[in-house]
Amino acid sequence: MRDSKKTTISASSPLGKRSGLSNTGILLLITVSLFVILYVSSTILFKDSNFAKYSVFFNLINNKAYLLMLALGLTVVLITGSIDISVGSVTGLVSMVIATMLSSQSNISAIWAIPISLLIGVAFGIVQGYLVSYMEIQPFIVTLSGLFFARGMISVINPKSVPISDKLFMSWSSAKVYIPFLYNERKNGTMDVAYLTPAAITAIAVLIIMIIVMKKTKFGRSLYSVGGNPQSALLMGVNVKRIKFMAHVLCGLLAGIGGLLYTLFAPSGNPQNGYGYEIDAISSSVIGGVMLSGGVGLPIGTLFGVLINSLIERVVPLLGIVDASWPRIISSAFLFVFIVLQSLFASAGHKGSFKPVLPQWMRFNLKKKN
Amino acid sequence: MSKTKNLQNPPSVIMTGIGKSFPGVRALNQVDFKLRRGEIHALMGENGAGKSTLVKVLTGVYPMDEGKVRLDGVPVVIRSPQDAQKHGISTVYQEVNLCPNLSVAENLFLGREPRSMGLIDWRKMNLKASELLQKLNISANPTAQLDSYSIAIQQMIAIARAINTECAFLILDEPTSSLDADEVNKIFTLMRQLRDNGVGIIFITHFLEQVYEICDRITVLRNGELVGEYEVDKLSRFELVTKMMGKEIENLSELSVDRDESRFQGEEPIIEARALSSGSKKVAPFDLKMYRGEVVGFSGLLGSGRSELVRTVYGADKPVQGQFFIRGKNVRIRKPLDAMKQGMAYLPEDRKVDGIFPELSVRENIIIALQAKTGMFKRIRRKEMEKYADQYIDLLNIKTANIETPIKSLSGGNQQKVILARWLLTNPEFMILDEPTRGIDVGTKTEIQRLILKLASENKSIAFISSEMDEMIRTCSRMVVMRDRHKVGELTQGNLDQSTIIRTIAGGDNEDGAV
Amino acid sequence: MKMGLFNDRKGPAMLSPSAGKKLLNNRLIFSLLVLMVVVVQNIITTPNFFEITMTNGLLSGYIPNILDEASELIIVTMGMTLVIAASGGVDLSVGPIMAIAASFCGLLLNGSEYRTDVYHSPYFLAILFGLVGAALCGAFNGFLVSRLKIQPMIATLILFTAGRSIAKQITHGQTIYIMNPTYKWLGVQIPGIPIRTTILVSIAIVILVVLLVKLTSLGLYIQSVGINGSAARLVGLNSRVIKFMAFVICGILAGVAGLVSSSSVGSVNSGELGLSIEMDAILAVALGGNNLGGGKFSIAGSVIGAYTIQAITTTLYAMNVRADQLNVFKAIIIIVIIVASSEVFKEKVNRLFRHITKKNVPVGGLSDERQ
Repeated sequence: MRDSKKTTISASSPLGKRSGLSNTGILLLITVSLFVILYVSSTILFKDSNFAKYSVFFNLINNKAYLLMLALGLTVVLITGSIDISVGSVTGLVSMVIATMLSSQSNISAIWAIPISLLIGVAFGIVQGYLVSYMEIQPFIVTLSGLFFARGMISVINPKSVPISDKLFMSWSSAKVYIPFLYNERKNGTMDVAYLTPAAITAIAVLIIMIIVMKKTKFGRSLYSVGGNPQSALLMGVNVKRIKFMAHVLCGLLAGIGGLLYTLFAPSGNPQNGYGYEIDAISSSVIGGVMLSGGVGLPIGTLFGVLINSLIERVVPLLGIVDASWPRIISSAFLFVFIVLQSLFASAGHKGSFKPVLPQWMRFNLKKKN
Repeated sequence: MSKTKNLQNPPSVIMTGIGKSFPGVRALNQVDFKLRRGEIHALMGENGAGKSTLVKVLTGVYPMDEGKVRLDGVPVVIRSPQDAQKHGISTVYQEVNLCPNLSVAENLFLGREPRSMGLIDWRKMNLKASELLQKLNISANPTAQLDSYSIAIQQMIAIARAINTECAFLILDEPTSSLDADEVNKIFTLMRQLRDNGVGIIFITHFLEQVYEICDRITVLRNGELVGEYEVDKLSRFELVTKMMGKEIENLSELSVDRDESRFQGEEPIIEARALSSGSKKVAPFDLKMYRGEVVGFSGLLGSGRSELVRTVYGADKPVQGQFFIRGKNVRIRKPLDAMKQGMAYLPEDRKVDGIFPELSVRENIIIALQAKTGMFKRIRRKEMEKYADQYIDLLNIKTANIETPIKSLSGGNQQKVILARWLLTNPEFMILDEPTRGIDVGTKTEIQRLILKLASENKSIAFISSEMDEMIRTCSRMVVMRDRHKVGELTQGNLDQSTIIRTIAGGDNEDGAV
Repeated sequence: MKMGLFNDRKGPAMLSPSAGKKLLNNRLIFSLLVLMVVVVQNIITTPNFFEITMTNGLLSGYIPNILDEASELIIVTMGMTLVIAASGGVDLSVGPIMAIAASFCGLLLNGSEYRTDVYHSPYFLAILFGLVGAALCGAFNGFLVSRLKIQPMIATLILFTAGRSIAKQITHGQTIYIMNPTYKWLGVQIPGIPIRTTILVSIAIVILVVLLVKLTSLGLYIQSVGINGSAARLVGLNSRVIKFMAFVICGILAGVAGLVSSSSVGSVNSGELGLSIEMDAILAVALGGNNLGGGKFSIAGSVIGAYTIQAITTTLYAMNVRADQLNVFKAIIIIVIIVASSEVFKEKVNRLFRHITKKNVPVGGLSDERQ
């Protein structure tokens, strides 16, 4: 009964009438409108920065393709009511491994970067998933150790920065796929055509697959049921432990892909790579409408969460704040607002009567909205 | 309705000679049970009667030690809930076992979603769901999220899910315990419909009214044994409650109570409640007066609101209306600490959940309430703590290795005594003891009853709840009777005998039994 | 349960299951074991391990070094212990809170200059200001956890992300250097005292916390709330207030650690102060045998845990392991300890023991009749 809404339908209310949008719907609506408002106001406020251009919009995705992967992974585990904070370090580890592998001395084909990054991610997912679901250890502690381990391994492999010199890999990294219909004319008459990087295209493909998996497969729905009420899920025939395990493996896999895409975005290995990205991933998921208590969230919402973070990073310097720490502060403020918002939706169930957690003045009355 | 017709059906589920033991407890002993298609069969009994064990044996949650189950004449062995479902036996529990975050349709079809090309076909699923809901007259939108509906509707959806697995037999384990009257009616309508379609339903509830409203047959269990199977029309409420409560009262002479309530005439009550209530789903507004030196029993079946009443007095459930007086002064009790400061003490019903701090020592468990009352910065000195602990271990004859033993390693009876010690140490004037004798050995039970009388003689006022009526008759000078969350009467002196109590608890047959 | 029965059988005389269980139950065993291994290893490799010399009026040597380097961790671990015990969750934001406290202090001392040897406000006031800032951070966390009922880890994530950036804003984005020699008193040495102040401060904090926990009933309250919240409410405890207090105390202690840390380097660098100390502190609490799920706690255990971690760190440094590679070892140690003390693992081991001792024993039905 935990993620229930504030509004309990009184016995007299007409049966069968929906009391408004579901939690998922409301959270998604808030996120999307937030993004639209931010984007539109940026367009108006910063006329010189060309927010109205297609290319600027698409760059929001190009710059954060890797973050979308990490955030999708977090979305999956958060929906099952677990968490994975190792994704940032795994990203860093993958990029370091690829960079070391493709540095000037070796002559391994860049193709190998793909299976190796996936393998690293899955390996982390399997070990962590096993410890969380079958050994029943708190996911936070397990993945915290994963974070430590991955971060340490980076330095073990290579404590210094390594540039990638492999030609094939660099060509993937710098490739641009132009979208012919979406262009704006520059003042000097040339065309500014919007483009996507291979990394962004991969990310979008993965996003589409994830949307289908989450909505249309038995596995996807099981993830939601486990997060909603594991006891019920068990009674309804869901193998709860297995699903939790699989969620962690999937998150690991996505972190591996994220690492690969990150390396394409910033083609070098650096011990600091991926530092704190788990936080960005969590905040993207949460801003995108994933409930930390589990059971609620959509991959498409996570996309908007990532876009909001990407936009913040781009807009804040334009406000005249040069300091690199401000995007983090603002992003955290959003995270805070969304966590409080979630607390509005959450309620402590007491045998059928719903007890609101928040004081009266802070409550979000769904009935009025309707 | 079609009651009589279906009553003629031959039994389809026949359980014979069922026995089940847990370490130290014989939960079921040679129990027989029969269920027919097209009947609603109530399974009744007080705490520890074995109702839920019997159901769990039937649904394969527990393996049985002995006995046989036959389904339509064929012997079967049911090893798991999934097994039970294959045999057409489904269960719906008191706590809705669905996922609140999923849509109604998904909850109906999770695990067996209609699919096309390997992917879930949502259109088809929603269509099938709305057909099913329509067939059962449940007005819910398949695409709406489950938790946008009331608990009653959620219960009905849970029933619909159970039905949809081709179920012939449905077990409803207290589905109505947290519903109000309107909601209960909705569930009943659905149950009648299912019965008329030939489903055999086992209905577990604590509400007598509901049994008489909807059930065809009643099977009564007591202490793990079968008392009997009866047709509802042929068993009066009075008889039913007698059968549930059981044994004749004995040993009245051993303990004697001064039942003369006139001695309180003109005295100021130590506590007085006027129309106090903690919400209609807990306990309806009640009046109550209690005096120094008396033991008042609160009786009623499980779920009748007896625990909720005392919880409201203590502030464990926050009162939402009414007035409360202590020693004639109007006070507001918002939380337990307020009550404690007014000299109240409360020994909770569920020792494990609400009583003990398992990892803390006996000493800490004893002094915690006093310490909470005196405040954080006035710490009781270690020497003093030890003195108190030793004193009460002695006084109550608590068997523990030493005062630093974690309480979790003590036996149930000794844990209970530690909690009693905890409250006695706060020197309360008014004590609430909710089932202090549950789950402990006979010797300790008698000790605790003696203690209650001794405390009353020391001019304390005591509210006492016990599922064993003879305990209360032995110790109480007045008895408050609860039924269906309402206080339905107070029995004193001449009226304080078993048959009057049972008649008042049962209600219905003889409403004017209570004063 | 029925072990007595089975022992009579001719099964091999193995380690009795109860002994194995007992050993596993005492989690401090692991910590002490690790500490012992580290110490022994040190004694073998560095003959002058126990040597203490006097340099520049300060006691120095291996042991004083470890004590010195562990001091910040110890201070933070004290707060973390209380938070974990009361809430069953962790405070991730201790590192950033250290930075915030030091930044407030530095701001008051330096004014707007980034390098000065003249204090702009009294030293005492600056320290107070820093601690108040830290307490506010703790209060923010406590509010989210106790009032809004947000999981501690998530609630403290906010300050964890934003804290360092906030600290940076306080110091106007610069590293502040405080050149006044008295600033180093707290983190290095007070003239005339031959022991590093950090060691003294950490000892003082441990004593203070022990006094707070033992002289008031805070310790008992925290344990009660952590073990059984519903019973705690019924005996009149206010779990909201108690959890809130735990977070505030944790915040203040993080503040103290931040001031000490900043003083020992003579500057305020918000990006570096207490970096990833939260991980070490959690690890120390776990190593100290405390249940990360809340409830009973042991200050002594946490202290031992913290020293163990510092000893490992120092030793690995001595073995030329780079600071950032340390994490690999820490991760492995933490997982081994947590797995070994997990319920599932214990059950598995017990089953293994039972399997060994119980061979050839028929599965008997126990049929205790009711009286």
